[in-house]
Amino acid sequence: MTYIAKPRVYHSGLRENPLGLTIRDYEGGLSTLCAGCGHDSITTALVQACWELALKPEQVIKLSGIGCSSKTPAYFLSGSHGFNSVHGRMPAVATGALAANRDLVCIGISGDGDSLSIGFGQFAHAVRRNLNMLYIIENNGVYGLTKGQFSASADPGSKAKYGEINRNQSIDPVAAAITLGGSFAARAFSGDKDQLVPMIKAGLRHPGCAVIDVVSPCVTFNDHEGSTKSYAHTRSNSHQVVHVDFVPPAEPITARQTDGQQVPVRLHDGSTILLRKTDPDYEPTDRLTAMACLERHRRKREIVTGVLFMDTDLAEFHQIAGTSSGALTDLAFEDLNPGNDKLQALQQKLR
Amino acid sequence: MSQVNDFVIKIATVNGTGSASANSLLMKALFRMGIPVTGKNLFPSNIQGLPTWYEIRASHAGYRARSGRVDMMVAMNAQTYGKDLAEVSPGGYLIYDSSWPRDRQLARQDVHLLGIPLAAMVNEQYGNARVRILMKNIAYVGALCALMAIDRDVVKALLEETFAAKPKLVDSNLQAIQLGHDYAKEHFDCPLPIRAEPMAATVDHVMIDGNSAAALGCLFAGATVGAWYPITPSTSLMDAFEKYCRQLRRDPDTDAKRYCIVQAEDELAAAGMVLGAGWAGARAFTPTSGPGISLMSEFIGYAYYTEIPAVFFDIQRVGPSTGMPTRTQQCDLMAAAYASHGDTRHPVLLPADPAECFELAVTAFDLAESLQTPVFVLSDLDIGMNDWMIPKLTWDDDYRPDRGKVLDRQALEKIDKFHRYLDVDGDGIPWRSVPGTHPAGAFFTRGSGHNRYGGYTEDADAYQDVVDRLLVKWETARQRMPAGVLTRSTRPTEAGIIAYGSSDGAVTEALDRLAAEGLDLDYLRIRAFPFGDEIDAFLESHQRIFVVDQNRDGQMKSLLTLETDVDRNRLISIRHYNGMPIPSDLIYDQVRRILAREAVA
Repeated sequence: MTYIAKPRVYHSGLRENPLGLTIRDYEGGLSTLCAGCGHDSITTALVQACWELALKPEQVIKLSGIGCSSKTPAYFLSGSHGFNSVHGRMPAVATGALAANRDLVCIGISGDGDSLSIGFGQFAHAVRRNLNMLYIIENNGVYGLTKGQFSASADPGSKAKYGEINRNQSIDPVAAAITLGGSFAARAFSGDKDQLVPMIKAGLRHPGCAVIDVVSPCVTFNDHEGSTKSYAHTRSNSHQVVHVDFVPPAEPITARQTDGQQVPVRLHDGSTILLRKTDPDYEPTDRLTAMACLERHRRKREIVTGVLFMDTDLAEFHQIAGTSSGALTDLAFEDLNPGNDKLQALQQKLR
Repeated sequence: MSQVNDFVIKIATVNGTGSASANSLLMKALFRMGIPVTGKNLFPSNIQGLPTWYEIRASHAGYRARSGRVDMMVAMNAQTYGKDLAEVSPGGYLIYDSSWPRDRQLARQDVHLLGIPLAAMVNEQYGNARVRILMKNIAYVGALCALMAIDRDVVKALLEETFAAKPKLVDSNLQAIQLGHDYAKEHFDCPLPIRAEPMAATVDHVMIDGNSAAALGCLFAGATVGAWYPITPSTSLMDAFEKYCRQLRRDPDTDAKRYCIVQAEDELAAAGMVLGAGWAGARAFTPTSGPGISLMSEFIGYAYYTEIPAVFFDIQRVGPSTGMPTRTQQCDLMAAAYASHGDTRHPVLLPADPAECFELAVTAFDLAESLQTPVFVLSDLDIGMNDWMIPKLTWDDDYRPDRGKVLDRQALEKIDKFHRYLDVDGDGIPWRSVPGTHPAGAFFTRGSGHNRYGGYTEDADAYQDVVDRLLVKWETARQRMPAGVLTRSTRPTEAGIIAYGSSDGAVTEALDRLAAEGLDLDYLRIRAFPFGDEIDAFLESHQRIFVVDQNRDGQMKSLLTLETDVDRNRLISIRHYNGMPIPSDLIYDQVRRILAREAVA
């Protein structure tokens, strides 16, 4: 992964968050992705969201697999530990890290090749275990680093840069996440920051595996006519059904709740995720509605965006496992080792 | 000829019939009589209906390998009767179920055949079909009590302990013991010349399998994260870890778990989870077997290059490919030592019995963390799943884990700039930091080319600088590995024998027999790779060196040839690889033949 150290520019006008950190403190190295790459917009939204939530950088871990998408953890939160793992295996590493230390805030960045081809199994199992992480798929329908092969998310009939037509069915990570029993499944467009920043904030605070599929056009290999993941195609064919807002614990939300189109979801820490329905018939807490909606828009070749499904009551990984509260890594050795007396007692049964 | 406390009982049954508990009862009874025993389970990769054998060796001398002999065969499986009969040593005994007519074609003049109508007796006594099957097994234990002078009071005590919660079962089991016992007493000349006699050689010893002992090692070493994918013969390691943690690793107030076990979707994921947990600062491990090592290899190379502690237990089974999952071999030595693509080498620990599984499990975590690298514990099915007698395990309460060079919050606050891969101490081991500590400790872990500062690189010198430093670390590792165990013969000799792992018992017994005939060999048992100086010294000081491997290709011999300066012509390979644990007579025969031939020449 290439990266260039980015000079940090501070000026007096920069606002500070409750930790006294400015947005510059949430940036990373300079991106070496192609100019105009959708992934860089996602990076910017991540920086904004983490700054707004006032996450302690050292409390965040950012992990990825292999591919263009997986380079991006180098481009934000330079004060956080990063882990650029092997291809398609980011979820396993995230599982292990969170098993060890459940207090970490985990951001997984993957791509359509990384999560829907080589790592489809790991994606599925992170979702069904409801691992408490933000799982972003930077989805451009194409393998960029190896110069333009179709990925598993390429739509049937879409055209590659040099004219080849994709004949295989595409995998929709949002539909997959819902059917896998996922607790948070959303889609956004990298070109729509107003949608993406609050969605990332909601995903970060969601107590479980928050999957956000971000359509992120590849300017080099998949931004031509005939591509269904180009900027032009996405702009003209995307349809938002639910806009998400994130309301921190301190901020009152009563006024907004009067609006009949609001679905507030209160989290255990007192904050609220507010789902604002732009499609009045949409019910974001119902799997059946979500799947029907996805299918309806797919038939029309529309890209449906928003938080399609959310269930904050589903037990997350550690609740299911019954692990003690707090990080296992914080336990003293005395709390882990039973001592010789116990060893002797236990061996009475081995005679 | 009388054989007191020196015999092999082999029981042939069908799996899924409950014979395991009868066999364990028999072995435990001998153990409680103070007689050294080992139990080896030869089982099919199947749940119900296929032949299975259990072999108990009692040895007053304490030998614990297979001897290649069968003194008492309990032939409960008509399907394998012919084969079982053929296996009995001349002068030995065979018990068969005489409820049905025996195939007269299958007879041997040199074996005593003892017919006992086991099925008929239990069918008369018990109504329930399942109970009948179970009690038939208990009844042969009863018969053996009479035939081999096994203390029935000990058997009774064992049954009472086993069924403490269900006293009714004690009575029905004792009844079955009585049935077998009385029949044998009435019809045969009890006890036979091969028999048990109380002794006091098992005081302060326990019976345990290697996987349980390794699990205890993980528990006591403070491992908190275990990730795994079920695979024979490693599964019982995680089962035991879970069992012991449930008893001993709970929050006293809330009863919540102070450990996290993840059953992964496959071995690739299990390895990734171990790396993630190790990177985040936990002691993490995975138990697996050969096919799992193949799948984990990409992550193993990643851990080597990015310097993440991880412990891999490989309970070896027969390869290649799926091989024979329920048979034993030492066939993953090379695979573990060099796992993954690119230039990679890994520390490998080689326990010889469950006691060392416990000890070396703890060592593995200390080494993995202090060296910041994946460490293998190479056990095998024979050690892992069979019942071994070992001295009671003890724990030093003053032990504290060696976490290696980890910068804590205080250290990071004082540091100017943290560089992940900088060798500041000259031992090839850089300092590391774990997430959640301090922003100054942040770094980017990458399997792609990186320089000593942790930054991405495609620069020729910066890349080579890091991989050369890893060689410095390898030399540090070499000095920290557990030393081999040297057993000198009573007379000076230029002949030596090298073995490792579960071959130890067979080698020890063979050497005693050879020494009794005037053939002396020094014995070095290797306990770890990379090889320490004591291995070089042994290779230099012996002219003829036998190398014992339980694999076809002589992997330890290859490894010695690759990693030391030894003249390969001085190494003679002894190999056993049919899936059965290596018997002592194989080593005895081969060494004797070769040394005798050389003496003539």
